[in-house]
Amino acid sequence: MKKVTYRNQFSRVLGVSLVVFLLFSVSIFAQDGAVASGDPAKGKALFNQNCAACHALNRKMTGPALANVESRLNADEGLDREWIYAWVKNSPGVIKSGDDYANKVFSEYNQAPMTPFPTLSNDDIDNILAYTAAPPPEPVVASAAVAEGGGSGSSSGISNEMILGALVIILGLLVMMLVLVQGTLKRIAVANGLDLEKAKSERGLPLWKAFAQNQFLVLVTVVFLLLSGAYFVYGWMMQVGVDQGYEPIQEIHYSHKVHAGDNKIDCKYCHSSARVSKTSGIPSLNVCMNCHKSIYEYKGNPEGPSQEDLANGYTNEFYTGEIKKLYKAVGWDEDNQSYTGESKPVEWVRIHNLPDLVYFNHSQHVSVAGIECQTCHGPVEEMEIMSQFAPLTMGWCINCHRETNVKVEDNEYYAKIHEELSKKYGVEELTAAQMGGLECGKCHY
Amino acid sequence: MASNKKYWKNEAELNPNDSIVEALRQNEFVEEIPVDEFLGNKENLSSTNTNRRDFLKYVGFSTAAASLAACEGPVRKSIPYVVQPERIIPGVANYYATTIANGFDFASVLVKTREGRPIKIENNTDAKVNGGANARVQGSVLSLYDSTRLQGPMKAGEPVEWTALDTEVKAKLNTLKASGKQIALLTQTYASPSTAKLIAEFKEMYGAVNHVVYDAISEDAALTAFEARYGDRALADYDFEKAEVIVSFGADFLADWQGGGYDSGYSRGRVPKNGKMSKHVQFEANMSLSGANADKRVPLTPMQQKIALAKLYAKLNGSSVGGEIPEYAEQAIDGVVGEINKNKSAAVVVTGLQDVDAQAVVLAINEMLGSRAFDAKAPKYVRQGSVKDLNALVVDMKAGRVGALIMDGVNPMYTLPNAVDFEEGLGKVDLSVTFSGNWNETTELTDYAAAANHYLESWGDTEIKKGHFSLIQPTIKELFDTRQFQSALLKWMDSDKSYYDYIKETWSTDVLAENDWNNALHDGVYVSTGSNAVGEIVEAVASAVGLDGGDTSGMDVSSAVKKLSNAVSGGGLELTLYSKVGMGDGQQAGNPWLQEFPDPISRVSWDNYVTVSKADATRLELINEHAANGGLDGSYAKLTVNGVTLDQVPVLIQPGQAPGSIGLALGYGRKVGMKSEMQTGVNAYPLYQGFNNVQSVTIEKAAGMHEFACMQLHNTLMGRGDIIKETTLEIFNTKDHAEWNKVPMVSLNHQEVEATTVDLWDSFDRSIGHHFNMSIDLNACTGCGACVVACSAENNVPVVGKEEVRRSRDMHWLRIDRYYSSEDSFEGDNTKKDEFSGLSGEKGSLGGFGELEHPAINPQVAFQPVMCQHCNHAPCETVCPVAATSHGRQGQNQMAYNRCVGTRYCANNCPYKVRRFNWFLYNNNDEFDFHMNNDLGKMVINPDVTVRSRGVIEKCSMCIQKTQKTILDAKRDGRVIKDGEFQTACSMACSNGAIIFGDVNDKESKVAELKESDRMYHLLEHVGTKPNVFYHVKVRNNNEA
Repeated sequence: MKKVTYRNQFSRVLGVSLVVFLLFSVSIFAQDGAVASGDPAKGKALFNQNCAACHALNRKMTGPALANVESRLNADEGLDREWIYAWVKNSPGVIKSGDDYANKVFSEYNQAPMTPFPTLSNDDIDNILAYTAAPPPEPVVASAAVAEGGGSGSSSGISNEMILGALVIILGLLVMMLVLVQGTLKRIAVANGLDLEKAKSERGLPLWKAFAQNQFLVLVTVVFLLLSGAYFVYGWMMQVGVDQGYEPIQEIHYSHKVHAGDNKIDCKYCHSSARVSKTSGIPSLNVCMNCHKSIYEYKGNPEGPSQEDLANGYTNEFYTGEIKKLYKAVGWDEDNQSYTGESKPVEWVRIHNLPDLVYFNHSQHVSVAGIECQTCHGPVEEMEIMSQFAPLTMGWCINCHRETNVKVEDNEYYAKIHEELSKKYGVEELTAAQMGGLECGKCHY
Repeated sequence: MASNKKYWKNEAELNPNDSIVEALRQNEFVEEIPVDEFLGNKENLSSTNTNRRDFLKYVGFSTAAASLAACEGPVRKSIPYVVQPERIIPGVANYYATTIANGFDFASVLVKTREGRPIKIENNTDAKVNGGANARVQGSVLSLYDSTRLQGPMKAGEPVEWTALDTEVKAKLNTLKASGKQIALLTQTYASPSTAKLIAEFKEMYGAVNHVVYDAISEDAALTAFEARYGDRALADYDFEKAEVIVSFGADFLADWQGGGYDSGYSRGRVPKNGKMSKHVQFEANMSLSGANADKRVPLTPMQQKIALAKLYAKLNGSSVGGEIPEYAEQAIDGVVGEINKNKSAAVVVTGLQDVDAQAVVLAINEMLGSRAFDAKAPKYVRQGSVKDLNALVVDMKAGRVGALIMDGVNPMYTLPNAVDFEEGLGKVDLSVTFSGNWNETTELTDYAAAANHYLESWGDTEIKKGHFSLIQPTIKELFDTRQFQSALLKWMDSDKSYYDYIKETWSTDVLAENDWNNALHDGVYVSTGSNAVGEIVEAVASAVGLDGGDTSGMDVSSAVKKLSNAVSGGGLELTLYSKVGMGDGQQAGNPWLQEFPDPISRVSWDNYVTVSKADATRLELINEHAANGGLDGSYAKLTVNGVTLDQVPVLIQPGQAPGSIGLALGYGRKVGMKSEMQTGVNAYPLYQGFNNVQSVTIEKAAGMHEFACMQLHNTLMGRGDIIKETTLEIFNTKDHAEWNKVPMVSLNHQEVEATTVDLWDSFDRSIGHHFNMSIDLNACTGCGACVVACSAENNVPVVGKEEVRRSRDMHWLRIDRYYSSEDSFEGDNTKKDEFSGLSGEKGSLGGFGELEHPAINPQVAFQPVMCQHCNHAPCETVCPVAATSHGRQGQNQMAYNRCVGTRYCANNCPYKVRRFNWFLYNNNDEFDFHMNNDLGKMVINPDVTVRSRGVIEKCSMCIQKTQKTILDAKRDGRVIKDGEFQTACSMACSNGAIIFGDVNDKESKVAELKESDRMYHLLEHVGTKPNVFYHVKVRNNNEA
């Protein structure tokens, strides 16, 4: 609960400051607007949709950096907006027409022409240009938010301490009351003429001796101790080789929270073979590069890293550094936007290790049964460091097979067998166990 | 009865005063045990720091430390691709069509690859010719991962760079071109249009190039005869499915005769349909696979076979020739003549005699008959070796006329009978290069050993039969720094083209016409529809040639017949050299699967041996006996052919061997570059003189006994009719199945009732879902053993080695039992057993069983594949104390290895003896240096099947990994499974259709239909195990015409 309230406060403060900032910045854009005559907000959306795959504002990617592209072209090459319209809508055409600058750019960027965008209207291009002309504002916001966030965090800490203090006081009061009550009782006893010392001596044998003399009790206790000892030893033995919570440090700090949580990337986008194969597959590095060709730095969520992340050292720079590790492994030269051909595969530490004697097939569970990945792998989208969620023991498998119904809808394979089996067992829906999912040979061969 | 006889071991022992004898008698060990040396020195003992208590402490600590350390799980790494190839999904297999063409085996196959590794060979069912992979082809994938492969080019035993080799070879070739000295290419048969073209271009470029094709096991006589008659140096093709009568004179056409690939057609004709099946008569000396399958087998020495063939030709033409053959053979020939005359064009005659006359006569007979099964218009090109050219080359080499010798796919120093001459010639050759996958007898002597690709790493093409083209494509990148011969030729021709481009070019101009290359590559086979199309030749031939024998080369034939009829033996015994189903010509001798593969007839693995008839063995005092550990021992013999002697050849007494003849398999006895375990048998090639597989030989007993590794010691069925049931076609056609396929009777409440009606157990309802059954047709099974190797590949069955096999610890999940009969037929055995009455006496069982144990001189043979029968009421399941083996609803008897504690009760209780115990850890164990102990060999392991550990039982799982995959694929696609989708490794490998697998709950399925057949029976039905594997009664077509 603490974290949630903290977050809410945090985001509220952030929200306010953002509004303030935007109000302020809009007025700046309004001034530029006279030159660019476009809507930078719409422009940003268009840019992200159409251009961001190959262009960044302040950075050379597949194509050149686009910050202030219009003024740059105007100043350096003497090209006007009409040229930009023509280029965006049909770049190969411009290159063919023999335009000097067009050919220069073309040859500079590996002779790869820019995809023509005939669907973009002049207004759209204006909007994009307006966006490229506006300086990126994010860094300011982030630092402001960090300062604000720090303040609000400390205030919530005090309230906790207060609760704790109150509890201590209540406890103290209770102890005091107990002492008082005992005093009162003693006084009543004295008043009634009872000899407390005598009562004590009349108690006879000490408790442990009486216990030791009662053979039955001893026997029962020994049996109990042995049984409970055996129980615990068994429990301990059974956890040998069960690595629930196994959370190894990986060569590259890959955050499932950032990818699957914050950015909501579907698990099976990267672990695509889970759909068709027995293994879910650790994505090959070329899959990473589908996105990370253009995502070269971590910008974090707009609110900046949380207190907790900061404490762990998960700053934006940290994450960006991890992306650089990826580049190194895959052999991606950022400056030239090309592969060097020198690659070094990443050696991930395997987290989920089923013994060789078990056959487990992901596609059976993911594609056929439609089970969410989280059922077995836990809340991956919240895991900063991936860890083993389920015990992966046979008992765990079997339990699930006993409880889970087979997903038979729209699957012609199941039609006949389901009809016959459900009639035989007299049930509406069959569990995996009733379908034969408990047979040894289904998983061990 | 106590005896006062004195037993003594040597003469010295008899001397009462000998002190040594007395001392030896008293001492257990001959030498004194040196106790004093380590315990006598008191001072030393007391001064040591380690006393007994310390020792115990150390023991205690190390035990505790070891067990604690064991609790820590190992860190496993998982390394994904940097760039994942588009077609590869980890965990999903890809299949590629390719072709094996190694000079001996030619077959179109599918290769299963996992994560880029080829792991299994399967039949290419699209192929019309040679689409079935035999045992060697099935096993060839393991040769790819042979740890003894050459890993790069070598010069005089030292590694060199390819560039260095190229430079020297090119320089040499250019000098030779200038000088005009001969450049010889000595190669295997490629039957490849592209290679032929390439070599022609190479000739054009370098002038005096002499290309000699050499087959280790020659078919020169057949090629020559065919060439003389039809003008094409090729082999006639046969389709035995179309034949009603098959007559073979020493042709083992179910094995490697003329390149093989004839068994599936044969099998289809052997299954009785509408009351008809083909009739097969075999005249032969060795007991061959074909002879074992024949309806009538006539044992004759090769010399007698020739005469018999001549007599057959003469009788078909209404004349007669001289020559002496035994009376029974005369009768058999008369019978055959009758059959042939009845069936005419539906008859076919083949011969394996390496004799041009015999081959010519056979061609003439087939043409005369207008045989439907005989195809000379679209012949096969799988053997092209020329003995004449080869001999000329050796002469040239010895005369110093050869400047460079480049070899590919051949190992003449091992396979040539005159290897000494070749070696002498090789010394006079300026430059010699051998392309070879392994270090061998020839690479040892040549200047360069050029490391060659395995066929699964190569590009190539073949024309197995005229108009039938196949492509060879790589299924994995070269594992080592190797290169295929053709690429090297291109390099030496200064071409920067790859051989792939070269083939593609050749195909687009010469082969494909307008058709698509990618389609051809995908299918692996392409049948030309152009000018050289394969039509129905048969009718054309039949109409062209009448039955009057007036063929075009009648003169030649009649002289050939005359020569045949005058055949005389060379005096001694007649030796027939043959190739084994498992080993072939020996190029895969380093393959542990094939070494452990038992010979279908003798059931001996890891060896070759001379097969001798019982009569000759008795005469020569050669014996076979069983040793105390259950193994088979055999005498050694010394064989001499023309002054060449093989000492110490093990002897195996072979029922059915024609008296006066012996047999010996080629392909064994390789030594150079082989692991010590693989150096098995004796090399018979030195006896293969003049490339004639029949030699006159003298044999005498040699000292010592040989230890065989024999998988099946018991030879005969001894009248146990519940195991193999057989009948004759006549009875099959005329009588009710209750007569020839009797259901065994058991006694219930003192009443005889059918065993199938009695049940000790409550039956489980198996009508819902899948219920797998397997059908094995004893008529279609030829015993070829492709399924055995396929099973080993699919299920990671370990190789255990000769010593272990000898102890009956072989691990094959699927075995093919071979049974002889002591009577003329198994029926005879049954009758004899049924007529036993009392213990002793004429019909007493004591002597009777003894008689049944001895197979006859010419026994009937039956093959029976036996794997786990997956009994619905399995005896093994009830005795397992830990429930490690249990039954699935789908009918499979399942084995949970991790649950098994190794009591072996199940193996004891199994009536079919199909359970195998892991006596040792066979993987990662250098004591078993085969393929599972090195990283390379382990690449062949199927990732979907557990590799078993020591101390557990394993057995056939009915390929549950395959059935489960089929089910999963259907579930994922949301569809119903069609018949034929369920397959096991053995059913897929069986191109003969003997093993059919499927779901009997699918009433439309083939296996459900087969289960209803009259011929269906279960193995040991009276035991009441209700197996899910069933057999079909063997029907023999042996009614005399």
